[in-house]
Amino acid sequence: MALFNQSRSNIIRLIFVGVFLIIIVQLFNLQILSRQYKQLAMSNAVFPKVKYPDRGIIYDRKGRAILNNTIMFDLVVTPNESRKTDTFGLCDILGIDTVEFRKRMVEARMKNGPYRPSIFQDLLTPELHARLDENIWKFPGFALIERPVRVYPYNAAAHIMGYIGEADSNIIKRSGGYYRMGDYVGRSGMEAFYEKVLMGQRGVEYLIKDNKNRLVGSYENGSFDTAAVAGRNLRTHIDIDLQQLAEKLINNKVGAIVAINPKNGGILAMASGPTYDPNSLTGSNKQKNYGQLVLDVAGPLLNRAIQGNYEPGSTFKPLGGLVALNEGVITPSFGYPCGGRYFGCGHGKPACTHSNPGHAANLRLAIANSCNSYFVHIYRLTVDNNRYGSVKKGYEKWKGYMNAFGLGARTGVDLVSEVPGLIPDSSRYNQVYRGAWNSCTNLTLGIGQDMMQTTPLQMANAMCIIANKGYYYEPHFVEKIDGETSADTILTKYKKKHEVLTNISSEAYEAIMTGMQQVVDGSASKAKIPGIDICGKTGTAEKYRIIQGRRIKLENNSVFVCFAPRENPTIALAVVVENSGFGNTWAAPIAGLMMERYLKDSLSADRRKEADRIGNSSLMPSYLKYLQYIEDSARATGWYERYKDSSMIRKFQKMNPIKPSFPRSKEKAPARRVAFVLPDPRLFNKPFNA
Amino acid sequence: MSQRNPAISKGVDWVMIWLYLLLVAIGLLSIFSVTYRDGDNVVQTFLAFKTDYSKQFYFFIVSLVLGLFILLTDSKFFTATANIWYAVGMLLLLLVFPLHTAVKGTESIIRIGGFNLQPAELMKVFVNMALAKYLSRVETDFSKPRSQLIAAALVVVPALISIAQKETGLALVFFSFFLVMFREGLPPIYLIVGFSLAVLVVATLVLDKDILAIILTAIAAGAIYLLRKQIRRRRGVLIGIVLIWVGCVGVQRFVVPFLFTKVLAKHQVERIFSLIGKENPYAALNTVEGDEDPTPVKKKDTDYNVRQSKIAIGSGGVIGKGFLKGTQTRFDFVPEQRTDFIFCTIGEGFGFAGSALVLGIYLFLLLRIVNIAERQRSVFSRCYAYGVASVFFFHIAINLCMTIGLAPVIGIPLPLISYGGTSLLSFSIMLFILIRLDADRQMVLR
Repeated sequence: MALFNQSRSNIIRLIFVGVFLIIIVQLFNLQILSRQYKQLAMSNAVFPKVKYPDRGIIYDRKGRAILNNTIMFDLVVTPNESRKTDTFGLCDILGIDTVEFRKRMVEARMKNGPYRPSIFQDLLTPELHARLDENIWKFPGFALIERPVRVYPYNAAAHIMGYIGEADSNIIKRSGGYYRMGDYVGRSGMEAFYEKVLMGQRGVEYLIKDNKNRLVGSYENGSFDTAAVAGRNLRTHIDIDLQQLAEKLINNKVGAIVAINPKNGGILAMASGPTYDPNSLTGSNKQKNYGQLVLDVAGPLLNRAIQGNYEPGSTFKPLGGLVALNEGVITPSFGYPCGGRYFGCGHGKPACTHSNPGHAANLRLAIANSCNSYFVHIYRLTVDNNRYGSVKKGYEKWKGYMNAFGLGARTGVDLVSEVPGLIPDSSRYNQVYRGAWNSCTNLTLGIGQDMMQTTPLQMANAMCIIANKGYYYEPHFVEKIDGETSADTILTKYKKKHEVLTNISSEAYEAIMTGMQQVVDGSASKAKIPGIDICGKTGTAEKYRIIQGRRIKLENNSVFVCFAPRENPTIALAVVVENSGFGNTWAAPIAGLMMERYLKDSLSADRRKEADRIGNSSLMPSYLKYLQYIEDSARATGWYERYKDSSMIRKFQKMNPIKPSFPRSKEKAPARRVAFVLPDPRLFNKPFNA
Repeated sequence: MSQRNPAISKGVDWVMIWLYLLLVAIGLLSIFSVTYRDGDNVVQTFLAFKTDYSKQFYFFIVSLVLGLFILLTDSKFFTATANIWYAVGMLLLLLVFPLHTAVKGTESIIRIGGFNLQPAELMKVFVNMALAKYLSRVETDFSKPRSQLIAAALVVVPALISIAQKETGLALVFFSFFLVMFREGLPPIYLIVGFSLAVLVVATLVLDKDILAIILTAIAAGAIYLLRKQIRRRRGVLIGIVLIWVGCVGVQRFVVPFLFTKVLAKHQVERIFSLIGKENPYAALNTVEGDEDPTPVKKKDTDYNVRQSKIAIGSGGVIGKGFLKGTQTRFDFVPEQRTDFIFCTIGEGFGFAGSALVLGIYLFLLLRIVNIAERQRSVFSRCYAYGVASVFFFHIAINLCMTIGLAPVIGIPLPLISYGGTSLLSFSIMLFILIRLDADRQMVLR
């Protein structure tokens, strides 16, 4: 019978071969045709670990590191290895309770899973690290991991250096995916401006991971790895001693100090008050500290030297003189008969501090006596020059000078978020005055008022133009980059000389300088340094601020600009101190100390005492207290309204038992109370949410 | 009739022996490459009986010793004792119910000392012998439905017992013996009906039930149209078509849902559905008791094994990553990779070339067994040989299809390569009995 079915053996063979063919085809499909499995396998098993390079170091002009790298430690935990750990001991050292401990363990598990280390506490303080290091054997599953951190050895130059922070989604998007979550990038100051130079090149180490994401070794013996290239160092013009002095002097004040070497545009010092401790944004409490700085209404994170808009006031006068001279509308011997007021426009404004005849008999005297009428007049002469046909064209010409001086436009300093200041377009005046304006309308531009706004850096830079007799270099910090190549174009523009005035004789400059020297010999005597000829100019600018819908006139800003030595200027300065009255009281002595420190390389004992006195004096405007109170109470209320949690309000009340009074206006305007921002008092009296 | 051979090697098919050794060697190397970690002291761990590859090696030695005994046995012993073995096997299989140990979701293992005995595994050998014995009886007329029923019962009863012991994979293996019956004259209609039924079940899973009903109706209508002339002559054809149609719709509407809710365990149903990339629609209705998933994974990850297995094999490329270089298999991405998914190691390490080579060896082995079967004078030997070929084929085909995503994950090992002592032993015994029978092919054993 079996023989009948012999042919069936072939059918069975056929079935075998058929099924095997199907398997072979599927294998061919999986292994040769489809590419995706290779990638899937890679992402399954290979972990590209980014190796971060050391960021570049920033040195001052004498080769001292202002911004350096150091090592701090993170405490990391591998959750599934930490079962036998001494929880209480660890909580005791870290100063946390077991609830917090468990919360962090859960977070660690969520973040990287139970088999891979996650950060338990980052950036330990040195004391904490020392204690943990001794006892780490008691805590299996916990380890201390190094992490490079930025450090500012001189605790200075916070605003210039800036800080680094984790890249946000915006930066990641703009970088085209170069940065990833968790990367650190420069967020302000030079850290941000020179990010590409400082950051270096990331390396990648390919590691093999197993099915539980544990890293178990290097992939292909590291043949695909790339090494990290350290960031390049920056050599700057900064003089860290001068910088520290500037920060000391501006301490407890609102304002800014900028010192530039006019010879090359290198910024020697730049301080902004109030400032902050740069190291507070690197260590273990950086989040908390940053939060405090952000919430401070005095704006310690604001670099007022490049972000503060100030009216230059009288310090503008020498520049107005230069423009008129270059345009040929006056000569140094040009005089104006000022009798205490300017009547050129019929309304007798502006008034002048002097009224004696001959106080503006020539340019030198006009500067020395700071004659308002004189400079208003020569401003009008410049703008109304028949050559340009109309006041608007003349004004555009004048504005062209201003922009060439670096006013009303960003100077291009190597920091981020510089503001341009303001020299309005003629179109702006057209808009405001509906086209009906002339040189009388904005005549106070001639004395640095009207809509004119400048930053302290722009003021200092303008001084460089006078000191150099007609040219300047764009102000900048970095002199050179270590290992600079032709591909580094970032510094090229700082080597270009800007010749902005060509039509002025040396005598004319001498007239202006002599005038400025007489200022220091006269009204700004506190800037004087024996043995050195200093050219300076004081300025006083009125300050208004709108608080609670009311325009309040505050204490005047005091401004002082100068350069020295007159014969061969090596330092040009601008000092602005808010809320401090006349220039000679605060701004001039600060400038004097700065110049002495720089030119003589040290301060004598009694000058040091003077520096201490200025440094210890607080000129913080009182309205800030009021603003802080308003801000904080509004925030506490907002918190309550959002989360129905009154703890913030109670905390706020405890810290601010007395409400500061509303700032008084310097003008005798009728004071009318505005409804207070604090919410319904019932919120404070009832314990609503425990 | 009996010949006294001084040398046991006489008549032994050495090609089979070499194929056997080759496959076991491949298996040992694969297990080694999964288990070995850099820096392990191979000699020490080997002697210490600690690692999987050394355990497998000792089982290999035991298999060889057993094989030697089998080769020394008179081949008549197997024909004579076939039914006794079957009875013993059934007894063991039934003893499992009261005596089984809880091991990993199965209820088919008896623990004796340190040794896990899985009677269902041995039962494959015994069923094969008993079936061969029954088919080779002179009084058996396999063209009679009664004989066919008895033969089917020999196979199906242990299969059903295995299902009851939650070993669906092993149970399915028993159905491979229908291939033997086919060879011995089972009308092909059974295979065709069986195959059609399988297609219908798969279609039920893949297609919406109403659409499938429409398709079935359309096919029936088409058949009626094509066969209209015969129908005019014979009413029976029409009735037949209608009955088939009713049967198909019945299977699709009632039998499959019944099977998936009342017979199969939840995890098995889910694995079947994961294969076709669908949610298990019967999950809420499943009432099979003790349907806890043996490998508790998240619901979405029911196809995790297969995906990882496909990644491992797919990433091998043409020539693979090399021995001990596979990143997927070396670092435990594929679950169960020493046992059911051992083929991933070969696929990843040696790529398409290596996989095709292993497949070639298997195919050569299968065709060799068929050739051996066809040269037997004895019906018993031939049936037995076909039984071995069928069991091997079923194991290989299902296991490979499972690893490359063509079949649902029903855990059955790859013959001679997968890690597992009982499995290696039972396949070795099967092969050595075949070799022994083949060595005596000149004898007519009946």
